[in-house]
Amino acid sequence: MAERFEVVVVGAGPAGLAAALTLARAGVEVIVFERGEHPGSKNVMGGVLYRHPTEAVVPGFYHQAPLERPVVEQRLWLLTGEAALTLGYKDMVFAGEPFNAFTVLRARFDRWLADQAVAAGALLINETVVEDLLWENERVVGVRTGREGGDVRAEVVVLAEGANSLLTQKAGLKPDGINTNQLAVAVKEIIALPREKIEDRFNLEEGQGCTIELLGEATKGMLGTAFIYTNKDSLSVGVGVLLASLVRRRLNPNDLLEHLKSHPMVRSLLAGGESKEYQGHLIPEGGYQAVPKLYGNGVLVVGDAAMLVNGVHREGSNLALTSGLLAARTILAAREKGDYSEANLAPYRRALEESFVLKDLKKYQGASFFFDQNPQFFTLYPGLLSRAAREFLTVDNVPKRAKQKRILREITAARSRFQIARDLYSLWRVMG
Amino acid sequence: MLQMVVCVKQVPDTAEVRINPRTNTLVRAGVPAILNPYDAHAVEAAVQLKEKYGGQVTALSMGPPQAEEVLRRALGMGADRAILLSDRAFAGSDTLATSYILAAAIRAIDRETPVDLVFCGKQAIDGDTAQVGPGIAARLGFTQLTYVMAIDGVDLEKRQIQVQRKLEDKREVIRGRLPALLTVVKDLNELRYASLPALIRAARATITTWSKDDLDLDPASIGLKGSPTSVRRIFAPPARPGGELIPGEPRQAAAILVAKLVQTKIIADK
Ligand SMILES: Cc1cc2nc3c(=O)[nH]c(=O)nc-3n(C[C@H](O)[C@H](O)[C@H](O)COP(=O)(O)OP(=O)(O)OC[C@H]3O[C@@H](n4cnc5c(N)ncnc54)[C@H](O)[C@@H]3O)c2cc1C
Ligand SMILES: Cc1cc2nc3c(=O)[nH]c(=O)nc-3n(C[C@H](O)[C@H](O)[C@H](O)COP(=O)(O)OP(=O)(O)OC[C@H]3O[C@@H](n4cnc5c(N)ncnc54)[C@H](O)[C@@H]3O)c2cc1C
Repeated sequence: MAERFEVVVVGAGPAGLAAALTLARAGVEVIVFERGEHPGSKNVMGGVLYRHPTEAVVPGFYHQAPLERPVVEQRLWLLTGEAALTLGYKDMVFAGEPFNAFTVLRARFDRWLADQAVAAGALLINETVVEDLLWENERVVGVRTGREGGDVRAEVVVLAEGANSLLTQKAGLKPDGINTNQLAVAVKEIIALPREKIEDRFNLEEGQGCTIELLGEATKGMLGTAFIYTNKDSLSVGVGVLLASLVRRRLNPNDLLEHLKSHPMVRSLLAGGESKEYQGHLIPEGGYQAVPKLYGNGVLVVGDAAMLVNGVHREGSNLALTSGLLAARTILAAREKGDYSEANLAPYRRALEESFVLKDLKKYQGASFFFDQNPQFFTLYPGLLSRAAREFLTVDNVPKRAKQKRILREITAARSRFQIARDLYSLWRVMG
Repeated sequence: MLQMVVCVKQVPDTAEVRINPRTNTLVRAGVPAILNPYDAHAVEAAVQLKEKYGGQVTALSMGPPQAEEVLRRALGMGADRAILLSDRAFAGSDTLATSYILAAAIRAIDRETPVDLVFCGKQAIDGDTAQVGPGIAARLGFTQLTYVMAIDGVDLEKRQIQVQRKLEDKREVIRGRLPALLTVVKDLNELRYASLPALIRAARATITTWSKDDLDLDPASIGLKGSPTSVRRIFAPPARPGGELIPGEPRQAAAILVAKLVQTKIIADK
């Protein structure tokens, strides 16, 4: 006799745990399967966790959860070979309640979030892979795990398996295989540094944190970004680029990370640090068009498995948490009716459409394709802007007006005024 | 039927532990806790004996509330019930106090149903003393069988157990009377891959917690008060410098060696 639960959740990341926690609190019998040794043990996120969406799942979480530093400053660096054009915003409002975002180490945070779900009554089974779905009369009725006696039956299965979404494919909700235009590859290293050093180097007050996003040479001009986040006593340093670009350029992500770490602007931030961990992961960046069918008879998809990532704003965990929450609410409504068929799970998609999740993905739906087709934004413009700044700031007795002319001449030699105007207009169309 | 108790300890995953060079203490903060690897083999041994002879396996751990997790792991491997000894008054116990408290708990279990076998790991990978097992055996007056690498069998009629002990370059086969305490090494068995129903049962199980008031304890013998020893310093021993190899014909090599020994004044020059 297979075990029976009302809901099976596959994957104990933020999406699956938000769903499990919400369901368990409502008294639903829910079991969560996690392939890793612990929730978060396989996670690679940088990462920045946002306060508002997390509070929707666990109010006041920042009083107890293992967090690294509240983010008070965000910087954007446009890198060229030996220079950087920088932009930033620092605000002490972000240093106190209710906070805006925190850096986290997911190996710790996910475990804590899982503890909350377990305390609410969910069962968590670690080190167990869900290998397949159980079907009956064209509806999902449970899962098959890789253990002896491993079948579990359920009214609904929530697929929260992350970017490598094999079960979502098996459920027929998403086309099989890997689309290199919809996936980014990211690698990340955690580098230990004493906290005083971090606070000195990043100009932070005690306990506060900052993030740096890097473009241009940081990804060798490929579509993607690099990042440096301050943890309590370590830095998370990583780079992610579209798989298709990597394949085209025949580069591997490890070399990109080494390239980034050796940049003079970055090198000095990391100096003397001890590498503690190195990991790679996929990020689904297909955007709105790539979002699969999100529900079927007895099945829902949440988080990265549903491609709910906003690559432009490096948001993923918040979309994951929110989708888990909305999926749980949909299940609770279906439970009232005692019917988990497709028609009763369809409101999940509508709820996502009405929330920031699909609204934001829709807003940027053309972005990935656009930047892929217009590499000048990552290859040409950073260099031009950097040279313009260098020219302008170099004091050499050339009159300023002559400098401006020279700069304009150099820029227009590289790209015509007409092309630049078109670039700016289309950039605004895609991002605005 | 065998009534068995397995002592399991929650230890920091040494793969992730560092020593703070300034204070010479283990940096435990943020390091995930695991079931002491030797203790996993102890659980497996007890469960295998239960499958062969029938009986009951109780997992017992002294530690903070989070030690529940290693008890659930023991349950997933087939232990029937789990008892956590948790009390602020236990904190800071050294091996003497730890074995005193564990022995008191085993006595309490023994009063319900007489205990035939107690299992411990050879040592804990953090404390590393290998004293707790023998300490318990001595207090309970149980036969003490350490470094067990094989269990040949139990004779329920004669109340005897035969085991093989792992010695440096040989095995020792010995027979002992029950009740006995075994400390086990990893060669003893292969750990099982738990079945899903066992894991679900373990996740659902309620774990009994005993505080100092549930046991018959002398308050002066537990916790810091009951611990005559304290760790002053933990350090990695300095690496031994590599020796020197003198190549060449035996005669020549011997001559070079003698010259060196004379030079360093280890032997006198004649
Ligand atoms: C380098 C990097 C940096 C990032 N930075 C940020 C950031 O700063 N901010 C942000 O908000 N987002 C960031 N993201 C994105 C964010 O990590 C994800 O969007 C988020 O983790 C998605 O959550 P999830 O629960 O859907 O999936 P995951 O967190 O990937 O969790 C899925 C879980 O399912 C388990 N699993 C998978 N298959 C099975 C199976 N068959 N059986 C059992 N278990 C299974 C996995 O082990 C995993 O634990 C980053 C991602 C990367 C890679
Ligand atoms: C706050 C704190 C302070 C400490 N101070 C001291 C100190 O001053 N002096 C000192 O000597 N030690 C001290 N310790 C270490 C601790 O007391 C020892 O770890 C403990 O006595 C067990 O010794 P061991 O780890 O060497 O176990 P070993 O003797 O190597 O363990 C052998 C076996 O005994 C069993 N076992 C051991 N401990 C337990 C347990 N808690 N529950 C169940 N089974 C167990 C297991 O089966 C294990 O495999 C301290 C620990 C803490 C947390």
